[in-house]
Amino acid sequence: MTRSLLMGSEALAEASVLAGCRFFAGYPMTPFTELLENFAVKLPGAGGVCINAESEIEAVGMAWGASSTGARAATGSTGQGLALMQEALSEITRAELPLVVFNMARGQGDYYQATRGGGHGDYRHVVLAPADLPEATDLIQLAFDLADRWRNPVLLYGDYLLAHTHEAVDIQPLDFEPLPGKDWALDGSLGGSGRSRSVNPLGMEKGSKRIDPEGLWKRLQAKHEEIERREVRSQSEFTEDADVVVVAFGSVARTVRHVVAKLREEGRRVGYVRPITLWPFPLAAVAEAAQGARQVAVLEQNAGQMIDDVRIAVAGSAPVRAIGGISTDPSSFGIGSLLEPANVRERILCALEDREIPR
Amino acid sequence: MSEPRVLSTDAAPDEAARVIEPARPKLLRGEDHDLCPGCGEPLAVRVLLEAIEALACEQRSIAVMGIGCYTALSTLIDVDSVQALHGRAPSLATGVKRMRPDSLVFTLQGDGDMASEGLQEVIHTAARGESVTCVMLNNGVFGETGGHMTATTVLGQRTKNTLEGRDASYHGHPIGMAEMLAPLGGSAYVARAAVYDARSVTAARRMLQRAFESQLAGEGFSFVEILTMCPTGWFIPTAEGPGYLDEVLGSVHGVGELKVRGELHEHPTEPEN
Repeated sequence: MTRSLLMGSEALAEASVLAGCRFFAGYPMTPFTELLENFAVKLPGAGGVCINAESEIEAVGMAWGASSTGARAATGSTGQGLALMQEALSEITRAELPLVVFNMARGQGDYYQATRGGGHGDYRHVVLAPADLPEATDLIQLAFDLADRWRNPVLLYGDYLLAHTHEAVDIQPLDFEPLPGKDWALDGSLGGSGRSRSVNPLGMEKGSKRIDPEGLWKRLQAKHEEIERREVRSQSEFTEDADVVVVAFGSVARTVRHVVAKLREEGRRVGYVRPITLWPFPLAAVAEAAQGARQVAVLEQNAGQMIDDVRIAVAGSAPVRAIGGISTDPSSFGIGSLLEPANVRERILCALEDREIPR
Repeated sequence: MSEPRVLSTDAAPDEAARVIEPARPKLLRGEDHDLCPGCGEPLAVRVLLEAIEALACEQRSIAVMGIGCYTALSTLIDVDSVQALHGRAPSLATGVKRMRPDSLVFTLQGDGDMASEGLQEVIHTAARGESVTCVMLNNGVFGETGGHMTATTVLGQRTKNTLEGRDASYHGHPIGMAEMLAPLGGSAYVARAAVYDARSVTAARRMLQRAFESQLAGEGFSFVEILTMCPTGWFIPTAEGPGYLDEVLGSVHGVGELKVRGELHEHPTEPEN
């Protein structure tokens, strides 16, 4: 094993190219910018293309076009830029195209955007939330695999810490189950044969004037229900006898994991569940951890978003309490005091000792 | 195609007229369409397919479809197609072409799609010199919604939201798309065609062919605007469509080639054969 000290953005771009990504388009925006820079450096040498798009709307459109040819394609931004892409992201889902989308978010306030989305109609994206860089370089490879496997966008939820922190990583290619061929990918070769291809989000088919959006939407619903059954991922520790179960994701969960382990060493009955897929949400894992717990404490860096999913999972079997909150820096990049281990520890202790959370 | 036979007109023909060669483009599937009588869009799409066939690009073409009445024709064209969002076709075409550099990649958009909703897309794609051909069917209205003003609606033109005619002081001015795109450094071929009579239809086919040739030669971005009839959206009898197109739209949006092989023409010119 050879580990390299890499900035998160560089490692993610490298792992993406290793996973076969050959197209990237993006528009600069902190803390996403360095990811775009690294794709611009790495893709041409790998036979790929990186375009500095004129807006996020164009970036996602370019990635959409690249994906329609069967190329592994990605785009990304911060939550602000992804807000501009929402129309395309929901439409790409209906066109059943693979796409990997990075959100190098400014904190965790984009949980709703990631898991509910702001696009039109019924659609779902798989959302992967790594806690650290070694996990992220694996999950991004999984993202490209899942996107192709389900012909559906997959979003990687990162943040300033993931994008900008240097960590020692050993990026190795992961093995996945064989994928079906991309017989739908456009190359123009079947023109005039009566079998030309169509990538279409509207339920239109070549050679037919009949349009069947209802059939398309029902097919998508069935696919998304299948993803919910098969692609849930989470990590749980110390939950069997826990008085308090903490639920956290992403960079915050990384600190929670550390603090909970320390508290366990001190004999405190606390455990945690870390959703790795924000959608599909690990409902069963959270429900199971909540059994016998005195309290489920949600520690997220926002005004309270994931807590909705935790409440759905717990379904009243234990009280659910928010112990996180808004926490950022003057630039609003999401580098708040909530990320400090001492503060995380204090908040978990508040839950264990039934004290008020300091505001 | 075989050589056309020249018939004498001095006397009655010795046999009744009959189809001696199917005139339908091979890339056209199906026998009919559901657009309005008098619509110019099927004509434009037909000559576009003929231009692809003339260049023997049937098996290397990829279409990126905009949103408008012509979208319904996408199921009838036997060419690989990807459906874009309203206004966003040029970006998709960019991604397609970068991954399939040997393909002939074109967009099919309307004036509402390209000039109103997605203006930035086509300008940047042109300035980037992207090796794609953007085709804009321009009838000066949102035909699909029932005849509303677009960014190319000419002054005085009546639409559902300019009932007394487009008034510059209230509704602003139309954009001349071809005139705007021609000066950009990345555009190599820019032309405006029309489909109101046989001569203009023939010229439209030539312009599309020359735009595609420009793309295949790697000259840069190419653009063909095609003025099309929309008697339904113009609230006029079907038979008056071609005349209205020529006189009302054509007098503002002048037909001809504006830029060829990267060279601007001082005045729009008829395409060479």
